[in-house]
Amino acid sequence: MNAMHMGRIHSLDTFGTVDGPGIRFVLFMQGCPLRCQYCHNPDSWERTGGTLRSVEEILEEIEPYVDYYKNSGGGITVTGGEPTLQASFVAELFKACKARWGLNTALDTSGYCDQNRVSELLEVTDLVLLDLKLMSADGHRKLTGQTNERILSFAKLLSKRRKRIWIRHVLVPGLTDGAGDLMALGRFVEGLNVVDKIEILPYHRMGAYKWQQLGIPYPLEGAMEPSALEVDRAEHYIEQGKLLGRNSVV
Amino acid sequence: MAISEKHVLGEPPSNRLDGWRGFRTGRWIHDVDVGDFLTLNLTPYEGDEKFLAPPTTATKSLWNIVLELMKKERDNGGVLDVDTNTVSTIVSHEPGYIDPWLEKIVGLQTDAPLKRSVQPFGGIRMVIDACEAYGYKLPDEIIRTFTDIRKTHNQGVFDAYTTEMKLARKAGIVTGLPDAYGRGRIIGDYRRVALYGVDRLLSAKQADLKRMEQEKLTDDVIRAREEVSEQIRALGELKQMAASYGFDISGPAATAKEAVQWLYFAYLAAIKEQNGAAMSLGRVSSFLDIYIERDIQENRLTEVEAQELVDHLVMKLRLVKFLRTPDYNELFSGDPTWVTESIGGMGLDGKTRVTRNSFRFLHTLYNLGPAPEPNLTVLWSTELPQGFKEFCAKVSIDTSSIQYENDDLMRPIYGDDYGIACCVSAMRIGKQLQFFGARANLAKALLYAINGGVDEMLGIQVGPASAPIGGDVLNFEEVMKRYDEMLEWLAKLYMETLNVIHYMHDKYSYERIEMALHDTEIIRTMACGIAGLSVVADSLSAIKYAKVKPIRNDKGLAVDFEIEGEYPQYGNNDDRVDELAVQLTETFMNKLKKHRTYRGAIPTQSVLTITSNVVYGKKTGSTPDGRKQGDPFAPGANPMHGRDRKGALASLNSVAKLPYESSLDGISNTFSLIPKALGREADARVRNLVSLLDGYAAKRGHHLNVNVFNREQLLDAMEHPEQYPQLTIRVSGYAVNFIKLTRAQQMDVISRTFHGSM
Repeated sequence: MNAMHMGRIHSLDTFGTVDGPGIRFVLFMQGCPLRCQYCHNPDSWERTGGTLRSVEEILEEIEPYVDYYKNSGGGITVTGGEPTLQASFVAELFKACKARWGLNTALDTSGYCDQNRVSELLEVTDLVLLDLKLMSADGHRKLTGQTNERILSFAKLLSKRRKRIWIRHVLVPGLTDGAGDLMALGRFVEGLNVVDKIEILPYHRMGAYKWQQLGIPYPLEGAMEPSALEVDRAEHYIEQGKLLGRNSVV
Repeated sequence: MAISEKHVLGEPPSNRLDGWRGFRTGRWIHDVDVGDFLTLNLTPYEGDEKFLAPPTTATKSLWNIVLELMKKERDNGGVLDVDTNTVSTIVSHEPGYIDPWLEKIVGLQTDAPLKRSVQPFGGIRMVIDACEAYGYKLPDEIIRTFTDIRKTHNQGVFDAYTTEMKLARKAGIVTGLPDAYGRGRIIGDYRRVALYGVDRLLSAKQADLKRMEQEKLTDDVIRAREEVSEQIRALGELKQMAASYGFDISGPAATAKEAVQWLYFAYLAAIKEQNGAAMSLGRVSSFLDIYIERDIQENRLTEVEAQELVDHLVMKLRLVKFLRTPDYNELFSGDPTWVTESIGGMGLDGKTRVTRNSFRFLHTLYNLGPAPEPNLTVLWSTELPQGFKEFCAKVSIDTSSIQYENDDLMRPIYGDDYGIACCVSAMRIGKQLQFFGARANLAKALLYAINGGVDEMLGIQVGPASAPIGGDVLNFEEVMKRYDEMLEWLAKLYMETLNVIHYMHDKYSYERIEMALHDTEIIRTMACGIAGLSVVADSLSAIKYAKVKPIRNDKGLAVDFEIEGEYPQYGNNDDRVDELAVQLTETFMNKLKKHRTYRGAIPTQSVLTITSNVVYGKKTGSTPDGRKQGDPFAPGANPMHGRDRKGALASLNSVAKLPYESSLDGISNTFSLIPKALGREADARVRNLVSLLDGYAAKRGHHLNVNVFNREQLLDAMEHPEQYPQLTIRVSGYAVNFIKLTRAQQMDVISRTFHGSM
């Protein structure tokens, strides 16, 4: 293990409860290849930002709270930014967390990564939280700046490697809530054999102030947060898509 | 029965049952020893909440009447009615009822619900001002009696205060002192009345009095003899008050209903006699469970009826009111009484003290809705049954109405029959009391150290005069040296001030009935307190690790500070600054210990501000941590708002480092979360909160208030208070009705750190 391995860190949270099971240490990595319109951490985009810290330093940050994580069935989640940009750092960190404390490890990723560079990381990852933003390649490019080809192929790789996945979808009314796209999402997920959960994350505007601070115009000015009804509706369409997927497989 | 119960109570006179039938006997038979009775007779409950019963029709009708009255009280400016003509004593008022046909448990402070009484023994000024503020006129006769004829505690204190004490009080370097009203924080063992009946307690006190005749009649013994005689008189009055409601409480309670009623009468006597700052109940729920279990076994009582008794008792506790001035209420937010009830914990025999009645008490928050009082306090142990832990977490998430204190930390010190007075102060029930000492403002003391003892707000010399610290940049060693000297001065002045206060309170406003429900030989603590801990820790850290330049006014006083560079901040589990906070609590405690205390009380210390963190902030100039003049302090031992940047566990860890051994009167931490911050699904939230509480207890954290709500909800409640009559939030050590807070306090709560990722 190379504990001196350095990573660019955006920030950390000792008490994460929404990114994987139980109570989790959440590490936000700096740098992201996507530019999602609804991003609530645009300050984590720039690859040269953040603070350089070693694996050992991060382990010291985790150590005081290990009992909380273990007793609650939690662990560590690395998110970002895009954590796979620093795949070898995260792999070292996960390896050490497992070796020292037997912690459960989760990778929260957009899936936009170079598959050849994440193999070692996936070895030591117990759970992947995978964002599926839009199924339409065109729409995806508009929303994030990139197409979703790599992402979908990454999902299939996870399925092939039998990695457990939680799918997440940020629901923005008028942007990511099209019935057809949601059904396509359900259908795609049905084709993966490793999905334990699909989480709809209702869009919120709490990150908007950061865009302002960075002096970037906020592209979703005027976008609404979805109502509970709209969330139900989205769940329904995804369910429909899964049903279709199941039937077409048979 | 010597006195027949009133027909309205619907109970025919019957042959008295044996109050002790079926109980396992032991030492408690021979001596007054409730702890022993509990150990022998408690039925631990390891299950979940499914057995609980909803409110009865009578409960709902009564509670609707109470809600209506509370609304009228709010509409009336905060006070519904005042009986200005009667000085409150145990026997001063005719019986009062909410609705005698529906109430299972009876007794009110006056002859009508929410009608406040006049309690002038602590100080007549407070009563006059409170009456005036709410549009009442106290009769001249009463004013004259308590000015010219009968001296009050308040007058006694001011007769003895030194010039320096008065000045320190005015500047607010010591403040919140109980020198104008009842000191409170004394818990009578109200259970004794149910278990033994009054006559047995009377004869025990008479025997104590007799025993004292063997001793040499020193000042101490003379005082003790007078006090015990007063206690005996008070017990007689307690019987008389109960009789006015149609109950003979000279013997032991024989049923669950009687046990609740006897116990409540004892508590009622205490609050009729004393308007103490905190009038806590003790640890009654599992005690009462023994009677309920017996009645259920004997088919005298159903679960629905058992819950009804608890609901009706709790309703009475929610009606407890004292007549206080609006500025007192501003200091403490709303109208607090700190009817603290301690629930759960473990026994020294390794069995849990959780019973079904622990659940019933928490269940009142559903049957009657959330409320700040009684101040429900769970004594948390990592060993508590899982079912109870999960129920507590669920209640916290649903109501934000309970607080947690670490039984694993307190049990080795106080045993397994202690209770919490007020917010965080543990004491052995019936065997120990504290002299409540409010708190010293350590942040202001730091400014005194920098400014040579001159108060930065008043511009006058308050502390010992010395040359102010000079130079462009504050030097850590120099500041520490001067601060140490200033704390030395403050500790002495503070302790002497408390000695004056408690000397006079014993003399002019002695708690006769509460002390009658204590052993005659007791342990006393002098409960000092500190405010501004996180401000001082961060200030010292800034001076040590960054560059702090004082900005001086034309008189040379440092009135603001400029910070260059970053410095480690308390609340991030960073030892560099957390150690400064630890040292501060230890240093001040050690300085307090140097001084003689009134009646040999053991000095202790709390890190607790209640909501006075707002008022303290108002009275304190800008501090070297970057906090501006007038800005609130963080409450209790909390890190300053927004400075804990590594999430909740790092923040909790910083606070858990403060040594309980140096703060035996409690270390308060208030914790606010948005619901989502505990997890996405309801069951995950419960599990995560349980893990969090277990983890904090294992790290030796002492106290945690848990609030779960959205900022938006609070903002809406500010705009539409009428829609949130029962919205309850936990503040330092207790809970309040959010809509009764002042606007400044509401804003303080909203601006405080809410843990939860975006």
